[in-house]
Amino acid sequence: MADLANIEELKQLAPPAELRRAPVVEANPGLGGLTDKLSAFAEARMPLWWKIAFAIAAFAATVIFPICLFYQVFTGVGVWGNNHPNMWGWDIVNFIWWVGVAHAGTLISSMLFLTRQHWRTTIGRMAEAMTVFSVAMAGLYPAIHVGRAWFDWFMFPIPNSNGNWPQFKSPLMWDVFAVNTYLVVSSLFWFMGMIPDFAVLRDRSTTRVRRFIFSFLAMGWTGSAWQWHNYEKAYVVLCGLCTLLVFTVSSIVGLDFCTAQLAGWHATIFPLYFVIGAVFCGFGMMLVLLTSLRKLCHLENIITRSHIDKVAKLALVSGLIINYIYLMEIFIAWYSGDPYERWVFGHRFFGQTYWYFGWILIGINVCVTQLLWFKKVRSHLGLLLVIGILINLGMWTERFVIVVGSTYQDFLPANWGKYHPTIWDVGLYVGTLGAFFMLYLLFVKFLPVIAISEVKGATPQGDPHHRLGGATKGGHS
Amino acid sequence: MSQKVYGLMAEFDSPGAVLRAAEQVRDAGYRRWDVFTPFPIHGLDAVMRYQNSLVGWVSLAMGAGAFMSVVGLIWYANAFDYPLIVGGKPMFSVPMTFVPAYIMMIMGAAVGALLGMLGINQLPRLHHPLLAKKSFEAASRDKFIVVIGANDPQFNAVETLKLLGDIGGQHIEIVEDQE
Repeated sequence: MADLANIEELKQLAPPAELRRAPVVEANPGLGGLTDKLSAFAEARMPLWWKIAFAIAAFAATVIFPICLFYQVFTGVGVWGNNHPNMWGWDIVNFIWWVGVAHAGTLISSMLFLTRQHWRTTIGRMAEAMTVFSVAMAGLYPAIHVGRAWFDWFMFPIPNSNGNWPQFKSPLMWDVFAVNTYLVVSSLFWFMGMIPDFAVLRDRSTTRVRRFIFSFLAMGWTGSAWQWHNYEKAYVVLCGLCTLLVFTVSSIVGLDFCTAQLAGWHATIFPLYFVIGAVFCGFGMMLVLLTSLRKLCHLENIITRSHIDKVAKLALVSGLIINYIYLMEIFIAWYSGDPYERWVFGHRFFGQTYWYFGWILIGINVCVTQLLWFKKVRSHLGLLLVIGILINLGMWTERFVIVVGSTYQDFLPANWGKYHPTIWDVGLYVGTLGAFFMLYLLFVKFLPVIAISEVKGATPQGDPHHRLGGATKGGHS
Repeated sequence: MSQKVYGLMAEFDSPGAVLRAAEQVRDAGYRRWDVFTPFPIHGLDAVMRYQNSLVGWVSLAMGAGAFMSVVGLIWYANAFDYPLIVGGKPMFSVPMTFVPAYIMMIMGAAVGALLGMLGINQLPRLHHPLLAKKSFEAASRDKFIVVIGANDPQFNAVETLKLLGDIGGQHIEIVEDQE
């Protein structure tokens, strides 16, 4: 025990209350209690809200989704609203939107780990799951948009009987690599993070079936110092790689656009634009998931208001960067002196057909985002849920404005046309939303939704240099 | 089936306590021992005198391998096996290979990190004598367990038991393994 005088001295040196870091976990019940609390939801019976939500999501995922998918694949891309001159429609809008949703998950789980933000331990797993499922949804769109989905394997560099190879100079080809890599790497990262938590659930299991499943998934993890030593190294390496992916995948999607000689697309800011837009959109989805799951899964003390406040602040920051990019895009369109550029941007807000989308974009992504400056707004969970949904809507609109807004009226008036989504466009989008939420609900119910070992390591009881962690001398309080 | 002694295990209550205990076990000269914890403990690597993990090198090797393979593949595919003129650009140039090679480098390095971690940790494994022990289940919950293996040259049931008691270990038990 340190002597009392020393502790008093240290207390005086400690920063005042308003400067102290918020605890990672509130009402901390200790390591054992925390383990019970964090694995409770995965071990309890399915609550009613879960069954209802799952039934709705599963209906969309297993009825609407396959019907729309098979009808499109059997009939052709013509069932969608895509037609000359709008060869890209909702399919590409939704593709970019889903990739975007994924990005904040990777940003939270990897970049905040590299910057040693302890609060990320509580929300990292949820963010990673969001990434994995939304990339899977994203990858589907280009795969069926090619028209003959059964030839998708032509996109991979596999020797085939035609003797031809993919054309590696095209950003569309890079997309194939980027999205597949993103799916594989984020799944590996997600799975590896769960190995120690599978071991926790294995050791807590009461039935033979659970024990078998979690023993299988934990792969014999014992938690020895040697295992942790290598595990932590692998984790850091994977975090670094995932951080690279945050900046790469959406950049490549942005390159799909900016290498095209089309007014409104041909801008060097596009890769950055898409990355930040993606992150912003993902933080919107994160707000939706966190504010609702925190209440529904009784995790109020784990996903604290302070954590949600921080996510909202990150949403604000990415939103402000997006606002800057909007301003820059419009400025450059004017400054370039290119009449087509000016014309396209003018028509985004004052055009004939889709002008209202431009104003929705400004209304949500620019105006609503500013609400997050206020602490009152950031601490009101209901409002954050609404803002999260609005951000997703706003970012979806932005992609629509980019994709359709530039293609429907290009350089030659004879080429002009209109784009209207059909019921199959809508149905497929509803189906992917259903599939995403169905997978997410399954994850929430059956897998460790919070990184149990990471949270325990981030508490004072888990710190060997803290008094509560068993430090004797020189420990901090 | 006969049973043989695998080692002795002792339980500790806090990461601070197990860190001090580990220092003492190390200073007593044991070599075949390990600490089992529910989460990584800051400072334990230094106590165990672990060198930098090899996982990073495995990852680097697989990442670099993937990078170079894709550069080679692109040359083979677009410049050698089926030369393809696109926009009057050269059949092969290094900058154009960068993006796919870089992306596949990330893929290779990530797979390398996971497989390297599993390989070096000798996972997956189907059997471990500690996992058969009921009291070991607390090691994933809130207890910190030190195990000294019977294959340690210095292992002596009486002496080792005494050491584990002296350094504050509780519920000291013999771990058995099938022959």
